[in-house]
Amino acid sequence: MIAPGIPRAAPGPPGPAAMAFTFAAFCYMLALLLTAALIFFAIWHIIAFDELKTDYKNPIDQCNTLNPLVLPEYLIHAFFCVMFLCAAEWLTLGLNMPLLAYHIWRYMSRPVMSGPGLYDPTTIMNADILAYCQKEGWCKLAFYLLSFFYYLYG
Amino acid sequence: MTKNISVLLQLPVITSSTIVRCRSCRTYINPFVSFIDQRRWKCNLCYRVNDVPEEFMYNPLTRSYGEPHKRPEVQNSTVEFIASSDYMLRPPQPAVYLFVLDVSHNAVEAGYLTIVCQSLLENLDKLPGDSRTRIGFITFDSTVQFYNLQEGLSQPQMLIVSDIDDIFLPTPDSLLVNLHESKELIKDLLNALPNMFTNTRETHSALGPALQAAFKLMSPTGGRISVFQTQLPSLGAGLLHSREDPNQRSSTKVVQHLGPATDFYKKLALDCSGQQTAVDLFLLSSQYSDLASLACMSKYSAGCIYYYPSFHRSHNPAQAEKLQKDLKRYLTRKIGFEAVMRIRCTKGLSIHTFHGNFFVRSTDLLSLANVNPDAGFAVQMSIEESLTDTSLVCFQTALLYTSSKGERRIRVHTLCLPVVSSLADVYAGADVQAVVCLLANMAVDRSVSSSLSDARDALVNAVVDSLAAYMSTASNLQQSMLIAPNSLKLFPLYILALLKQKAFRTGTSTRLDDRVYAMCQMKSQPLVHLMKMIHPNLYRIDKLIDESTIHVNDRVVPQPPLQKLSAEKLTREGAFLMDCGSIFYIWIGKNCSNNFIKDVLGYPNYASVPQKMTQLPEVDALSSERTRSFISWLRDSRPLSPVLQVIKDENPAKTDFFQHLIEDRTEAAFSYYEFLLNIQQQICK
Repeated sequence: MIAPGIPRAAPGPPGPAAMAFTFAAFCYMLALLLTAALIFFAIWHIIAFDELKTDYKNPIDQCNTLNPLVLPEYLIHAFFCVMFLCAAEWLTLGLNMPLLAYHIWRYMSRPVMSGPGLYDPTTIMNADILAYCQKEGWCKLAFYLLSFFYYLYG
Repeated sequence: MTKNISVLLQLPVITSSTIVRCRSCRTYINPFVSFIDQRRWKCNLCYRVNDVPEEFMYNPLTRSYGEPHKRPEVQNSTVEFIASSDYMLRPPQPAVYLFVLDVSHNAVEAGYLTIVCQSLLENLDKLPGDSRTRIGFITFDSTVQFYNLQEGLSQPQMLIVSDIDDIFLPTPDSLLVNLHESKELIKDLLNALPNMFTNTRETHSALGPALQAAFKLMSPTGGRISVFQTQLPSLGAGLLHSREDPNQRSSTKVVQHLGPATDFYKKLALDCSGQQTAVDLFLLSSQYSDLASLACMSKYSAGCIYYYPSFHRSHNPAQAEKLQKDLKRYLTRKIGFEAVMRIRCTKGLSIHTFHGNFFVRSTDLLSLANVNPDAGFAVQMSIEESLTDTSLVCFQTALLYTSSKGERRIRVHTLCLPVVSSLADVYAGADVQAVVCLLANMAVDRSVSSSLSDARDALVNAVVDSLAAYMSTASNLQQSMLIAPNSLKLFPLYILALLKQKAFRTGTSTRLDDRVYAMCQMKSQPLVHLMKMIHPNLYRIDKLIDESTIHVNDRVVPQPPLQKLSAEKLTREGAFLMDCGSIFYIWIGKNCSNNFIKDVLGYPNYASVPQKMTQLPEVDALSSERTRSFISWLRDSRPLSPVLQVIKDENPAKTDFFQHLIEDRTEAAFSYYEFLLNIQQQICK
């Protein structure tokens, strides 16, 4: 006679650790997508400054196109810093903190202007400032690319 | 770079149809190119070999063929070309002048309107322009008033727009009218204007909306807007708040609010610059008016700024006279419209910062809506590549502008400098005045972007570094002495003078507007005037009969020697003249000889000389004649007519005079000797 087996416990909901795992994975995936957007912004900046340098565009028009993009970029980056904070991914958060601090410093020391933005058409053509912005663009591009691959494989 | 026309004796004007330029860098042909056989020339900026066009081989002046190097373009480093239609984006514009006048209660109290209207009436025929010249007027207090000056009207018609949040032009035309056709109406308006607002109770000033209206009016053509403002703008767009804290005037730590509070005026200036309109500002206020923000409207639109602190027509006759003289010069001087300036330099150098009133449209192109003959510019260049195998570098400035008669012209200046390989040669060729003026410009930029104390430290470091470098490389003497090359022997003195200037001084009470105005002057004045402002000339004038003289145009002009700017040079028995560029001070010592006071000042003794004397009477005595001829000789050597002020020793205005004695010690600053010791300590440490 085959005795009826002890009913096996039904598979319950996944444990809390597993839940955080999928949330973190979700964070990383979202960060991957957003970093792609940030890479796009960085490339746009580089092309814009190159256009300014080669006299292809007027500084007033160029600043009017660049200034609206600055806050969205900073906010996107701040957003996934907050997400990593919620997901308790300390290493990734630590890697992004310097950039967040730099963004805050940059925005605090911007020239007086009524709309959002960092670039003032009267000073942007100064060769020192132009060179600085170009370098900034390249460094950011490098950082975003590295973080893209980090999120991809992390 | 800006040459006063009276100094330039001969300006060759080239009317040929071909303007020879390098094919790659577009440099104009100049005296420093090299001709390789008679048919080709090598550009001195990019080293490219170009062909000489056929028309260029013929020299119209000497009627000879085959000697292109004798043509005037190659013989003179400053030439003017008449530009063909390739150089025009639109037909050359007429001269268009718009006057925007503050008529609030404050302005009527100050009484400037009478002076402005009178000056305009006198100089209406002398405004530069031709038969197409146009003129218009806008007045504003809490509303904006326009004036219809259409030719057929019997009298000027005032149109008031009170909706200042959304300003519009009441009529599409006849607000800017042809000067010659409507001359009678304009004269009627100028005669009536001072009396129209005498009983006004409006205390607000809607400057922002008035400027927006002015911009709309000038957009189709471009031209010049002259703004007269007497208080802080308090209504409408661009309104400003009082930011100055009177207790911080003598602060030694941080001087705040040197930059603009809002970018309304900067944006307006950029819009105006895009429509070839320049905005000139006359600020005639007795209280804080946030010149730091208002100045932006002129800085980026290639305008100029005039400032009259504590202006009042009857209480302050010196300022009233200054306004009158400045207006005369302002209305009648030459002007250029819709101009662009490009500065090119030899391969291996690059220009990275420009100083002056204009908008930098690209890396080497400056957009100037108006060209003002009393403006100066400065550029900073850097050496990008090695210059070891070149012996000369050249700079070329080309200014493309429309003259007031509607002709499109190009003024080209070319400068050639040698390249040397030893530091001693570099020092021997240093032009200390140019160095000081450029440092002043850089210090103004540093004060606004960083802080005033940073700028002051940077100025002192400039002296310390340059003298230390000289001492270590050029001479092997012991380090305990302070050695300067001959060309830089006045460098510490000028830097000390700069540190004691209103723009940069700390510890002495300085109003914020005065300070900001001094900074604006540093950035826009030409070198000659700036040097007088930084280091005035002091002469002793009570013994002019004994001085050596020169003969100028049948006049005998005495040439007293220059004195050091120190109180030890002043004596109670003497009278001294200080030439500060835009103002002359005559200081009379308590025991000055009565002969001098009687002959030159026209009063019997020292006590009877009034406190506010601004003119020397014409007395029939040799000393009077000599003094007056000396002063008018000094006046003639500059375009801006200075005002004269006679100061007795107990006059409260004597602080202005004594502040210029820079070699002396004050409670906040070093004396010259102490400054030199300080530098020596820093070098030898």
